[in-house]
Amino acid sequence: MSNYLYILWIPLLPLATFVVLGLFGRKYFAKTAGMIGTASLLTSTLLSIVAAKQYFFVDGKVNGVYQKIIALKYTWLQFSPNVSIDMGVIVDPISVMMLIVVTSVSLMVHVFSLGYMKGEERFATYYAFLSLFTFSMLGLILSVNIFQVYMFWELVGVSSFLLIGYYFNKPSAVAASKKAFIVTRFADLGFLIGILIIGFYGGTLDIGLLIEKFTSVQSPEFISITTASFLGASMLTWGLVLIFMGGAGKSAMFPLHIWLPDAMEGPTPVSALIHAATMVVAGVYLVARLFPVFSMDEAALTIVTYVGAFSALLAAVIACTQTDIKRVLAYSTMSQIGYMMFALGVSKNGGENGLGFMASMFHLFTHAFFKSLLFLGAGSVIHMVHSNEMKDMGGLRKLMPITHAAFLIACLAIAGIPPFAGFFSKEEILTAAFHENKLIYGVALFTAALTSFYMFRLYFNIFWSKEAAAKAHHSAGHDESHDHGEGTWTMKLPLLILAACAVGVGFIPFSQFITSDGAALETHIDMAFSIAPVALSIIAILLAASFYKSHNAKSDKAVAFFGGFYRAAYKKFYVDELYLFITKKIVFPLIGQPIAWADRNIVDGFMLLLANTTAKISTAIKGLQSGKVQNYALYFFGGVLALSVLFIYIWK
Amino acid sequence: MNEIPLTHILFVSTALFFIGMYGLFTRRNIITMLMSIELMLNSVNINFVAFNKYLFPDKLDGLFFSLFIITIAAAEAAVAIAIIINLYRSHQSIDVDDATEMKF
Repeated sequence: MSNYLYILWIPLLPLATFVVLGLFGRKYFAKTAGMIGTASLLTSTLLSIVAAKQYFFVDGKVNGVYQKIIALKYTWLQFSPNVSIDMGVIVDPISVMMLIVVTSVSLMVHVFSLGYMKGEERFATYYAFLSLFTFSMLGLILSVNIFQVYMFWELVGVSSFLLIGYYFNKPSAVAASKKAFIVTRFADLGFLIGILIIGFYGGTLDIGLLIEKFTSVQSPEFISITTASFLGASMLTWGLVLIFMGGAGKSAMFPLHIWLPDAMEGPTPVSALIHAATMVVAGVYLVARLFPVFSMDEAALTIVTYVGAFSALLAAVIACTQTDIKRVLAYSTMSQIGYMMFALGVSKNGGENGLGFMASMFHLFTHAFFKSLLFLGAGSVIHMVHSNEMKDMGGLRKLMPITHAAFLIACLAIAGIPPFAGFFSKEEILTAAFHENKLIYGVALFTAALTSFYMFRLYFNIFWSKEAAAKAHHSAGHDESHDHGEGTWTMKLPLLILAACAVGVGFIPFSQFITSDGAALETHIDMAFSIAPVALSIIAILLAASFYKSHNAKSDKAVAFFGGFYRAAYKKFYVDELYLFITKKIVFPLIGQPIAWADRNIVDGFMLLLANTTAKISTAIKGLQSGKVQNYALYFFGGVLALSVLFIYIWK
Repeated sequence: MNEIPLTHILFVSTALFFIGMYGLFTRRNIITMLMSIELMLNSVNINFVAFNKYLFPDKLDGLFFSLFIITIAAAEAAVAIAIIINLYRSHQSIDVDDATEMKF
């Protein structure tokens, strides 16, 4: 086993960048911040690639099984001999894979932002926040201790909050950042309780030890946690479901998804980084990290499965109706993460049955590339058109050929058309679902078709459709100097690289590297099996083409046909309104206001009483301190006299 | 020779003490107040010496104490004069009623 200590530098470099840019950026690096951030992240990316190469091809494998290596473990807070909060670095297949995903997507976003954010007033701050986010995410990935996960989890939440609210003078961005923070915080409450339950019964917070204890049926910890029950479910189920609640909050699973579409108020490259490829898959990663424990509990896995599948379907339906291109992408992200979740849910731990796990990780990997490509492409388009609305776009394919090509590749990838990346991972997920649960398979298949439909609705609306409108918009475009074409090379380069990835990463023999138990898994794409999803996708694409390729009335007819259902989907099925109703009509008046009253009148009142009494007494007696020396001498003699009397006549 | 009884001496010292106290409370001039304090200290000295002489003739503790008190009184006078000079510089007066800033 060789030394992996250098992996520590992968998160530490962005941290250093954050500190330097955060403290001195505005003054000294106002122009060069982007280059500094990009350079430090490039180093991290190269280190990750070196680490991946070393782990996967040189020394990670022992007897054909990839080992879990704890490269570093530093006991930070020791509560008792067994329970401690550690900081450490874990090296295993999924963490190494996530390293690659996070650093490379983050690097692409850094490069893209060089052009996209150019001229922003808080350019250095932006890069400082990006670095903070990258650091937190990398720390989260490398965690050895479930509490370390929790800490980085919160850091990720904070940096996401900062980045969504980057345009802090825009009220909608401020509201969105608060919403994202509060919703995920609420979910994290569940996560924390889950950690405490698991930690209490497991007697440790170390992930490796927890997995060891809870996967052997005879261990006293396992017996105690499964026999203890609360409201008819075992404590293991409760702990895991609560941990999953934290994951669902970050990964925007129903019903905690409401923050993700609003989070699109942030700068588009940020959406590509946080809300497409990295932070939102943290929930999936968390479940994958604890997967051996999840696999011991049927009930928790069932919840993961159904929440994932329902979210996938719901988000896909909503995505078909939205007109803001970033929101469409946000719902598509939610839908794809739903895929990853239910793939985990239908999986078993180890061997052939671990197909779902491997498929989920594979989809996470491929999704990161094509989804960040979609977001960056959308960023390019928004940069050009200065609008997020579909109706302001159309016919852009001639104006932005590179973006057009990249976007088309990404759309084909997410639609699962061979030989693009999404096809391979989606096939694995569908296969896993088919073998385990036919209902889920049906949902997944339908969602796949919907995905193709709404992605190509987006594609045709942006790049085809009303040619004249785009031209009119263009020539009427305020002044020509404002017109900057497709963007700088720093904006095109990431698109090209990511497009290459979106084509290529599907061919990686993923099952050789990342499986639930570390041993290689034999998979094969069954051509006959692939016919149904691919055919459905193609039909959906053709349907989208007939609706949206040129402006016609077919789409309006379809809208009229679905009527109320369309309106409900357009309004996101009123989930936001439901939340508002619950909070404004139930939580605030019935719980919030009484508590506020008690706070103002009882808690504050008691303190005010103390303060007022003190003030009154002091006003009454402050005359004693007159500033006249002779008065003080008089008190002194009076005191001496009183003491003398006391000593002489009373305490004889 | 007929010895002076202890009570006479105590009477003198008590009178001296209360004369000093009266001066301390009635005078407004700080130097006069300082002198009053000296009176009070000296009344204590007389007490020490007298008790030593009449009650414990073979011991010297009372004498030592009075010597200490004289020393302290000298030091105290030096410090007090320094304070008074500074007070005069800042207030152009050595009347205690003019220096009452240090109040609530």
